[in-house]
Amino acid sequence: MAESEYVIEMLHITKEFPGIKANDDITLQLRRGEVHALLGENGAGKSTLMSVLFGLYQPEQGIIKKNGEVVKINDPNDANDLNIGMVHQHFKLVECFTVLDNIILGVEPSKAGFLQKKQAREKVVALSEKYGLRVDPDARVEDISVGMQQRTEILKMLYRDNEILIFDEPTAVLTPQEIDELMQIMKNLAAEGKSILFISHKLAEIMAVADRCTVLRKGKCIGTVNTSETSMEELSSMMVGRQVNFKVDKQDRTPGEVVLDVQGLTVPSKLHKNNAVKDVSLQVRRGEIVCLAGIEGNGQTEFVHALTGLERQSAGSITLCGRDISRASIRQRSKDGMSHIPEDRHKHGLVLDFTLEQNMVLQRYWQPQFQKGGFIKFDAVREYSDKLIEQYDVRSGQGSVTIARSMSGGNQQKAIVAREIDKEPELLVAVQPTRGLDVGAIEYIHKQLVAQRDENKAVLLVSLELDEVMNVSDRILVMYEGEIVGEFDPKNVTVEELGLYMAGAKRM
Amino acid sequence: MEKKQSFFTSAGFVSLLSSIICIIIGLVVGFVVLLLLGGEKAYSDGFRQILLGGFYMMPSGIGKEIVTAAPLIMCGLSVAFAFKTGLFNIGASGQYTLGAFGGLIFAILLHAPWYVCLLMATLFGAVWGAIPGIFKAYLNVNEVITSIMFNWIGLYGCNTIMYGRGSGAMYNAKQAKTFPVTGGSLIPSKIFGWDLAESFGYKSCTIAIFLAIIVAVILYIILNKTTFGYELKACGSNRNAAKYAGINERRNIILSMLIAGALAGFGAGLFYLSGAAQWIPGDSTALPSEGFDGISVALLASSNPIGAIFSALFISHITTGGGLMNASLFPPEIADIISGIIIYLCAFSLLFRNMIRNLLTGRKKEKPAPAKAQLKPDAPAAGPAANDGKERE
Repeated sequence: MAESEYVIEMLHITKEFPGIKANDDITLQLRRGEVHALLGENGAGKSTLMSVLFGLYQPEQGIIKKNGEVVKINDPNDANDLNIGMVHQHFKLVECFTVLDNIILGVEPSKAGFLQKKQAREKVVALSEKYGLRVDPDARVEDISVGMQQRTEILKMLYRDNEILIFDEPTAVLTPQEIDELMQIMKNLAAEGKSILFISHKLAEIMAVADRCTVLRKGKCIGTVNTSETSMEELSSMMVGRQVNFKVDKQDRTPGEVVLDVQGLTVPSKLHKNNAVKDVSLQVRRGEIVCLAGIEGNGQTEFVHALTGLERQSAGSITLCGRDISRASIRQRSKDGMSHIPEDRHKHGLVLDFTLEQNMVLQRYWQPQFQKGGFIKFDAVREYSDKLIEQYDVRSGQGSVTIARSMSGGNQQKAIVAREIDKEPELLVAVQPTRGLDVGAIEYIHKQLVAQRDENKAVLLVSLELDEVMNVSDRILVMYEGEIVGEFDPKNVTVEELGLYMAGAKRM
Repeated sequence: MEKKQSFFTSAGFVSLLSSIICIIIGLVVGFVVLLLLGGEKAYSDGFRQILLGGFYMMPSGIGKEIVTAAPLIMCGLSVAFAFKTGLFNIGASGQYTLGAFGGLIFAILLHAPWYVCLLMATLFGAVWGAIPGIFKAYLNVNEVITSIMFNWIGLYGCNTIMYGRGSGAMYNAKQAKTFPVTGGSLIPSKIFGWDLAESFGYKSCTIAIFLAIIVAVILYIILNKTTFGYELKACGSNRNAAKYAGINERRNIILSMLIAGALAGFGAGLFYLSGAAQWIPGDSTALPSEGFDGISVALLASSNPIGAIFSALFISHITTGGGLMNASLFPPEIADIISGIIIYLCAFSLLFRNMIRNLLTGRKKEKPAPAKAQLKPDAPAAGPAANDGKERE
């Protein structure tokens, strides 16, 4: 039988959920030895399509072919048998096991019930040399960098002789240098005959590494294009359905007086005995967006928690508009003009079982506008919530009475942004405000941040996304291991330079 | 904006329906047990009494049902109120004991007017509820553990003082009980010229039931109409978000447990100040069952204060009925089996609710659903009812 051109074909896949077609006649064909990108906004159907490929869902229509033959995938084990492997966005590693143990977990070579680790080690070392995947097989996963953890995940797939490798948003957690390295690894793998499906919504990476790209929008397949024959602009308009402005429009401004003054802030860590934030001082002025950049877990979260009052600092002072708020309660800080778009919208930002309107007044329900003698003015709450929904275009099933849990992530975030901005704060602390959002929503939130700055408010943006850092901010502070290791003007610095500081390779 | 949700798919209706299903299944199983024990007499000598409850013995049976319902309502409210704040008050029994103790001191020793006694019962219960709350708020000790321990501390402490080595001032050694409450310390039975005790031919049938209902309504208003209720519910369903919003979660945890204790103490006051029974300090191994039945009441009512009135009346109904069965054939504990099964099923009430909701909404598939929300069916699909009364730690 003649070898098929495609190693995996998903033909005319349709998957329906009550009330919605998550996948509507989607065709995805993966060639042998290519890097194929799957591009789409949140909710475009990427996850559903992958779940179909892994047998987690059965499609109503459509077939899956492997090497030209129709196959039936009923559960993830079937997918495994077909040599399909996946690196998940959140790694599935046992933290206290070594790299080697993690790689062989589930397929341990054994003789009469005894592990044959030596044999496994040889195979792992050989694979890691062949593909340039640097790992230390004896290091514990909890001790190694995120990049090495990801390489461990890749080795897990290779160890199982997988031919079809799926990468689900693999660059979200990496530094620019690590991203470059990953891109190279993906190219090597493809050159060795592996087929790679690369799920992402980062256009630059797709342009850099993928041969072809399939774009999904609202459950429909918009098309498959060769990346050599397309542009980022074309891809993004295919994805969103309209032109998207990547460059954030903003005029130069001269910052005014100091709004936030943090001196010598030190915050103990909950994870280890060292301090998570070490003697950090910074200022944010009126009319400027200061961005705290850094790789996840370098003390940004703890810094923001101490700043907003969620945690206590062990040393240092915080001054907001000339008032010392070092020991003030969260409510007091809020009254003094601080707004906080929290990092985790489900943990802090919303009470998911409350309705949208109840969430809209989460920071203000106690104000005379919304209560009288302890009784909530329901009409006023409804009116206010309807106003915010209208003004900030928050979409939901039933408007103000929608349960927050049932809303999409983007609209939940918009609701939080609306609530925090409408408080008319002096200082807006926005922590990863665009995390997990699609291009359209990101564009919107960036505009709002810039609008705040243009209204002469101070904005402190904490972000892991370098594009965001470079585009939105007026001043960049890089945080590494709890310290500020660099301060830059985004006009005079490159992404690569920032990456070196973020990774701790350079400091001022 | 879309059309408002129809009444039949609303959360309230769905949880009412699921409670009714629990009750029906519980009754069916109870009937099966009676069949096994009594054969053809299962209905005439057992099940009929359970179904009829107090109505089997008009009118005093109804009087008894009402008298036992009042403390049950209060204990149910106590547990339900804590549930709303995300706390599990398993210590209602202890708070009830303290309430009885406080009320009886003022009634028996000081002959204080009934409302003063009732107030003291409430205060004693409140203190006993607040202590586990303080432990929870400041030391993060699980309230379940502390309140269980405080149940026993309370019981032994109160019994030791009341018994007083057989010569306690409140202890009637001849009857091995406390002295009966008399005179102005008894809660009146007349309201607007209607004498409940006379109408039902049951001496201790007082206005306690109305007081309990009034408290339930007040609680409903607090929880649903006030900023305080808003804060409590925010703490209950997402403690982190409540903290983020500047809500003093510690204060709310303590207040919530304090109020829960006060409610249980008030319930004990209603029961003992009605003269329905005397306390038996010698019975030192038994915690008052009302506290634990309160958990049943709260679960059956999905922590709704108004629902607690009805679920307490129901549990009182079948318990009273259980006592009226032919005792030579059926032990009265069958009523407990039935309520036990019902409560057990209530633990699955979330499942029932989802099933009912699917049945009710499944027929209208053409109705456009909120697009993005439905795209991820693997995300937790718990509806609005998910939070009712379920602890989330």
